[in-house]
Amino acid sequence: MSELIVTPAGKPVDLLVRQAHVLDPRAVLDGPADVLVRGGTIAEIGAPGSLAAPGGAETVEGAGRHLVPAFVDPHVHLRTPGQEHKEDLETGTRAAAAGGFCLVVGMPNTDPVVDSAPVLQSLRETALRDARIPVAFMAAITRGLDGTELTEMAELRRHGAVGFTDDGRPVTSAGMLRLALQYQRLCGGVLALHEEDPTLSRDGAMHEGEVSALLGVAGIPSVSESTMIARDAALAGYEDGRVHMQHLSCVASVEAVAAAKAAGVRVTCEASPHHLCLTHEDVRGLDSRMKMNPPLRTERDRQALIDGLRSGVIDCIATDHAPHARDEKEVPFEQAPMGTTGLETAFAAVHTELVLPGVLPLGLVVERMTSGAGLLDLPTPKIEVGAPANLTLVDLAAEWEVGENGYESRSANCCFAGRTLTGKVGLTVAAGAVAFRMRSLEVVRETSSVGHHS
Amino acid sequence: MRHLLSVEDLDRETIERICDRAASFAEVADREIKKVPALRGRTVLNLFYEASTRTRSSFELAAKRMSADVVNFAASGSSVEKGESLKDTVLTLAAHKPDAIVIRTPWAGAAAMVAGWTNAAIVNAGDGKHEHPTQALLDVHTLRSRMGSLDDLDIWIVGDVLHSRVARSNIQAFQKMGAHVTVAGPPTLIPRGIETMGCTVRHTLDGLGSADVVYALRMQHERMSQSWVPSLREYAAEYQVNGRRLGPRQILMHPGPVNRGVELSGEVVDSPQAVILNQVEAGVVVRMAVLYEVLAGARAEEPAPEPSLA
Repeated sequence: MSELIVTPAGKPVDLLVRQAHVLDPRAVLDGPADVLVRGGTIAEIGAPGSLAAPGGAETVEGAGRHLVPAFVDPHVHLRTPGQEHKEDLETGTRAAAAGGFCLVVGMPNTDPVVDSAPVLQSLRETALRDARIPVAFMAAITRGLDGTELTEMAELRRHGAVGFTDDGRPVTSAGMLRLALQYQRLCGGVLALHEEDPTLSRDGAMHEGEVSALLGVAGIPSVSESTMIARDAALAGYEDGRVHMQHLSCVASVEAVAAAKAAGVRVTCEASPHHLCLTHEDVRGLDSRMKMNPPLRTERDRQALIDGLRSGVIDCIATDHAPHARDEKEVPFEQAPMGTTGLETAFAAVHTELVLPGVLPLGLVVERMTSGAGLLDLPTPKIEVGAPANLTLVDLAAEWEVGENGYESRSANCCFAGRTLTGKVGLTVAAGAVAFRMRSLEVVRETSSVGHHS
Repeated sequence: MRHLLSVEDLDRETIERICDRAASFAEVADREIKKVPALRGRTVLNLFYEASTRTRSSFELAAKRMSADVVNFAASGSSVEKGESLKDTVLTLAAHKPDAIVIRTPWAGAAAMVAGWTNAAIVNAGDGKHEHPTQALLDVHTLRSRMGSLDDLDIWIVGDVLHSRVARSNIQAFQKMGAHVTVAGPPTLIPRGIETMGCTVRHTLDGLGSADVVYALRMQHERMSQSWVPSLREYAAEYQVNGRRLGPRQILMHPGPVNRGVELSGEVVDSPQAVILNQVEAGVVVRMAVLYEVLAGARAEEPAPEPSLA
């Protein structure tokens, strides 16, 4: 079987991060320490100020900053192949690195759809060449995402499909999903499900509620999502399949997943930073950057997602990074495509809206922003000696305004544009190589005898 | 007032000012030469993305009675059909430097977007199912002319509220003017959450007798194919405003065009209680007042902001 993760060649780094507050709940680290990386591997963790950088290593001053395991996003749209005007593997992974991620999982709703081994193979080869951080890819459950024929899941799996999804669309037919769940016994790989009943969503463009009633925009009721989650959890239980519910948006969905988990169904789920931070009140201005699927819902729904994240019913945070070109989004709300970018703002948004007000502890957020790996049976980034260096250095006090422009992503359709966020990624090390470095991040001293600039 | 984008943006004082001015323009229609020079040299562009005869001609007549130059741009048969985006169309037309753009589109919020792309004053002539503010203003004007005031009036809006921009604008305008609004219609055509706009929601016409004003909405035939209601016959049986349901002292309104035999029976359309033609008449004078308001009214007091072309 192919490796599930495509790891682009990077220069293994020798790096000392000095006196940062090291936080990794899994490693039970929560305090100032020095972390030394040699040859891309965490070589030593010592008391603050105790480690010296060996020759050739660079030193980064971490005092006043937090060093956390780099984030993992199990749900991004990298738009390659076919929609490179929105994003490509280089710009998408550059955005990921700038957001502190060391691994992202690309969705297959590209053009062509990733529904055959040759398409997957070619995509993985492109990633090896263009990506800035490790990437994994999901393949489609049904050919062309049209819900009628299974893809060659076993062959796709052998060629490195980390899981299967028709994301962007539901598997509308219960019978088709049941076949996929049965076939999963042969090929493995999580089935990641975009849950929505199209007969309930109809031509909806936002949450159905008092704001849609006022705006006269067709609504997507929350039961469109929750009824499908309940249905598919029941199917997964019946077939003992492994499913992952994507982008939960409402109270009833959290309850449906909680009930399924309590019944022993092998189900996990995710929530996005925008559903955790925003509500349909933010759609009042009909800014198309606030249009995504599932839609932003009510404050009560948002609180249920936060509670779910806290309790563990919601296993991880996933951005559903969905870039669209400016001219595609600069149209009336009802005409605009669904989706917001999210990689570059994910941590800062959740930190600003949920950690700073004391709603969620930082450690829990770090845990939920890295746990996506384990859900896909991929190694979880961890700060421990001997582990590959997947590290993110964040300045929790840095305030910045999310701009209209100036993203690493090729697209600028960010729902947080115009907001001031607190918390900024300064350095990302992914699979042992420096993937992102803020220009202003000071390097204390280059102890290298041969001066080098990365 | 720089633009007229929604009733939501208006306060009672502004609504009254526009209606008072409309009343002062009313005598122009009775002159032999139906023209005043108030907007001479100004250019008004009608940009219509939806078929509309009444609203467009009402705006055109209003602009011409004020001596403005009028250009009509209909989306069909134009560059729009060749795939030009709304923004490109607006920027192209804005290059002709119109002073006002009257715009109707099938998309909520489009008029407000356009306001950010040009220096022209924007008048929303209907944006999707969101708002139709000049309809609400002319309806308020019609009622004020007839009743003096809307304070404490009990107004029922009957029919397909879900798909109606007229309903959304009128619920707000009538309430701002002091009326109490009830919406009544099939449960499939009353949007969830509409009561948060402050209106009462009913699913039958029981109690219609208490209304001072009955405002019937147009029932569109295409709603049948999507099963919003089982048949026009059943709709008419439950919700048609007819001689049996309409009391002698109640005023009947309708935004037009009427489907006789569906939402209204023929006899009530032709009855003296119906003010439907008064609404049409009010349309021209209210739109004159709106164009005057955005082009010659308070606008001179505010410097025009730089257009956002981002």
